[in-house]
Amino acid sequence: MSGSTGLTMFGKLSWQAIPFDQPIPLAAGALVVFVLCGTVIWIALKGYVPYLWREWITSVDHKRIGIMYCTLAAVMLLRGFIDALMMRAQQAMAFHSGGYLPPEHYDQIFSAHGTIMIFFVAMPFMIGLMNFVVPLQLGVRDVAFPTLNSVSFWLTCAGALLVNMSLVVGEFSRATWLAFPPLSELRYSPGVGVDYYCWALEISGIGTLMTGINFVTTILKIRAPGMHYTRMPMFCWTALASNLLIVAAFPILTATLAMLLLDRYVGFHFFTNDAGGNAMMFMNLIWAWGHPEVYILILPAFGVYSEVVSAFSRKPLFGYRSMMMATLAICLISFMVWLHHFFTMGAGADVNGFFGIMSMVIAVPTGVKIFNWLFTMYGGRIRYSVAMLWAVGFMVSFVIGGMTGVLLANPPADFQLHNSEFLVAHFHNVIIPGVIFGAFAGYNYWFPKAFGFSLDERLGKWSFWLWLVGFWVAFAPLYVVGLEGMTRRLQHYDRADWHPWLLVAAGGVVLILCGICLQIAQLAVSIRSRDARREPTGDPWDARNLEWATASPPPPFNFAVLPNVMHQEPYWDMKVRAREAGHLATPEPRYEPIEMPRNSPTGFVTAFFAVVTGFALIWHIWWLVALGLAGAYATFVVFAWRDIEEVEIPAEEVARLDRANRAARSAALRREPSA
Amino acid sequence: MSTEALRAGPDPSHIGHHNEALEALPEFTGHGAGGPAPKRIVVGYGFWIFILSDVIMFSAFFATYAVLVDARAGGPGPHQLFDLRNTAAETACLLASSFSCGMASLAVGQRSEKWTQIALLVTGLLGAAFLTLEVREFAGFVARGAGPTHSAFLSAFFTLVGCHGVHVSAGLLWLGTMMAQFWAKGFRQNIRHRFLCFSLFWHALDIIWVGIFSLVYVMGTVLP
Amino acid sequence: MSIENSLRPEPDFEAGSYVGEDRPLGAQQRPPSNLAAEVRGYLLGLALSIVLTAATFWAAGTHLIYGPGIVMAVVVLAIAQMGIHLVFFLHLTTAPDNTNNVLALAFGILIAGLVVFGSLWVMAHLNHNMIPPQELMQLQR
Repeated sequence: MSGSTGLTMFGKLSWQAIPFDQPIPLAAGALVVFVLCGTVIWIALKGYVPYLWREWITSVDHKRIGIMYCTLAAVMLLRGFIDALMMRAQQAMAFHSGGYLPPEHYDQIFSAHGTIMIFFVAMPFMIGLMNFVVPLQLGVRDVAFPTLNSVSFWLTCAGALLVNMSLVVGEFSRATWLAFPPLSELRYSPGVGVDYYCWALEISGIGTLMTGINFVTTILKIRAPGMHYTRMPMFCWTALASNLLIVAAFPILTATLAMLLLDRYVGFHFFTNDAGGNAMMFMNLIWAWGHPEVYILILPAFGVYSEVVSAFSRKPLFGYRSMMMATLAICLISFMVWLHHFFTMGAGADVNGFFGIMSMVIAVPTGVKIFNWLFTMYGGRIRYSVAMLWAVGFMVSFVIGGMTGVLLANPPADFQLHNSEFLVAHFHNVIIPGVIFGAFAGYNYWFPKAFGFSLDERLGKWSFWLWLVGFWVAFAPLYVVGLEGMTRRLQHYDRADWHPWLLVAAGGVVLILCGICLQIAQLAVSIRSRDARREPTGDPWDARNLEWATASPPPPFNFAVLPNVMHQEPYWDMKVRAREAGHLATPEPRYEPIEMPRNSPTGFVTAFFAVVTGFALIWHIWWLVALGLAGAYATFVVFAWRDIEEVEIPAEEVARLDRANRAARSAALRREPSA
Repeated sequence: MSTEALRAGPDPSHIGHHNEALEALPEFTGHGAGGPAPKRIVVGYGFWIFILSDVIMFSAFFATYAVLVDARAGGPGPHQLFDLRNTAAETACLLASSFSCGMASLAVGQRSEKWTQIALLVTGLLGAAFLTLEVREFAGFVARGAGPTHSAFLSAFFTLVGCHGVHVSAGLLWLGTMMAQFWAKGFRQNIRHRFLCFSLFWHALDIIWVGIFSLVYVMGTVLP
Repeated sequence: MSIENSLRPEPDFEAGSYVGEDRPLGAQQRPPSNLAAEVRGYLLGLALSIVLTAATFWAAGTHLIYGPGIVMAVVVLAIAQMGIHLVFFLHLTTAPDNTNNVLALAFGILIAGLVVFGSLWVMAHLNHNMIPPQELMQLQR
């Protein structure tokens, strides 16, 4: 069965799990341990632990959780990017040679790269931005379920931790980022790699599902008075669509991985080669999740672009209703195209034809969005700040990537190009300019709101150009070698035609590395010179939606009094009135004490038990599994038993914070030249 | 959006009970533009969304079962295994427990500690009876050499029905916790909200069971 | 929107104020009608469910229904019983205070339908066209 008696104290775990005999994983693992432990020890020695525990780790504030999500994403971007560097280096070297990475190791690297980039970079980045921005844009104090929000974040961290632990203890999956059977079945992957993969994703998947529930409820039930659906900012519409997709798609992932785990652990026959198992069903189900997943990633990014383009064109977003319809259309159609990921598996012309047509149809609402952004820019007074650069870079690059997608949506064409480097180039061409550029645009745009000072523009612009040029230099050659017949995931090859292109691609990745270094420099420089970069009113970009109506950073309660929303772009409306009148639009309100949800260690403790349970399951340490599950249940009971759920912020404190911001805004208003 | 457009007629299909309160609903009802909703509504809606995500997870297991139902690897199929009398008994237990859960909701509404505990206890006992019947059925299959490791059909069956059983078990654990909470803390607002979620969960489990006994057990004996 | 419109003073909504009476699913009308009526509602739901369940089991074994139609009968009875549960136990209505609940249900049913029927359609074609794994393994030996 599973190859372990489970009678020993530590299941399958032994000292052999640590890769003492493989230099590269050992070095990588040592680096991860050093960085992680070093950071923790430094924090402890500096005495930051009480502050971090009180203000961040146990925080249920959506703004703090959003920042933590983005931080997790940024750190994991570095890890995933190192995997990319290693892969490009291997492929550049491995012409008539074995390169420097043996196949067993190379396979783990491309599996880890995909898993980390999708689940622990792209998802957390988008969820982080939604966490920070959506309640502020809706004009409310927090999401529907703040403690659940904290649980979601920490469970995502738990999954990321498990994936990184596989570097040090054991190995990671070699079965690609989607763990196709029969390769991922016990017979062909007897090690712990696929188990690490499955449990990390099951755990973080629960967190993501909770986020989906949280945001659907928030956007539908918790909005400022007067905010009809057609007065919501476009970012909130795309956040709603994305979270509806999360609620709809992630249960499928949970079920499918559970079936794979049952095959591996208990000897079931869902996807095995014998006893009636059907591996094709795994493909079907995993892509029924996988396709909505990429729309989960891209829709919030589209929302970011809507915000950024309209703010920096100094015009309202063009075609609000068509954007709304396009977003909902993408949401629905994304559930009707999944078979295009396995046209070549043999479903036949009828089925392939239907899904091919639907895949082309879904390009239409996306095109509507692109045109709307262009029409927003047309006639506007455009400022090319860093965020706007990322948005324009996106528009140019994503359209090309989208067009290669429509090409691939053609089943006959796909039969030639399925699983070639052309496909690899296509999906990077939509995910990097789409999701990653969107993340960077949102990061540059909302950083001043989160921290009170803006980022250095010059370093930002340099990093953008290096990323844009580097991206094209890295991925355009892959289109070429894909058309020349190179398949993906090759550890070595002997076609001379391909070699120069792969060398160019490796060069491109180095350019991206420079871009990343400059982004790190941008952050460091901005923090060092932060006092010079502060903007007292909280509205550095002269933007249009409600998040800019608060101070930077916003007070814990966001708004002293919930705004009364009369039109779209309510903050712009307030500013127009204020400028006309020469004073702030609303008089000083009657300040009242505000009740906010109390901080709670529930999220962190739950994630701790999740890591324990996951690790124990991977290594077949059954007594530890029972302990971990009991601990998780106990955590819930302790949370359910608490008597005090809220903390009251006294009226004087609310008044103090609000008056400071009102004074700064009034002063700025007086300084302004008349409209 | 004009105010007139927001004003919707009450219950146009007359499914709910006739109620003057419905006719007098404020204009923002159903459109969410009246400000942040009260906690009861937020909690109830959030949990309903969770239930729907659970339904989608079950649909993935249903789909797998439907695809693998004929993959018997030469082993027994539904006709050889399913005993509809046992299924009928399980259905009776779960349906009765749904009814007693409804009675518990009414008891909570009346703030009666005694009747709440009694109704919840009955719900729990019926749920436990359901689980007992199901475990015995599974054990019987395994003893006859029709365990889940024998064929894809059996894996799919055990997983689908077993997943429902795991949900019922989790529900019983939750039920016990709710009984303890009502006992220790009375009818405080947040505990009533949790109970709203529990009753939603319990009724949803019965709805899923309707799907299972119809489409797995009954259909299994009807189809060739 | 004219400037005159936006300069008119508006009432300030207090935090936590709420206009509108959405109803969570599973909860009765507020204020609740009398206890007897509520119990009758649950009893009616129970009775209807028992009838539909009995009908399902009866339909499986009877000769009174055209054979190939029994499958459809079972499906219809199952859907009907799910509806009874939703209306009588979960108090789902079509009133505006339940709009969001109904829309969410519709979305869930749509996705579940796509997953089940989509998978069945796709897998039927795949199974028809492709060599089964067991046979494939034997070819390799």
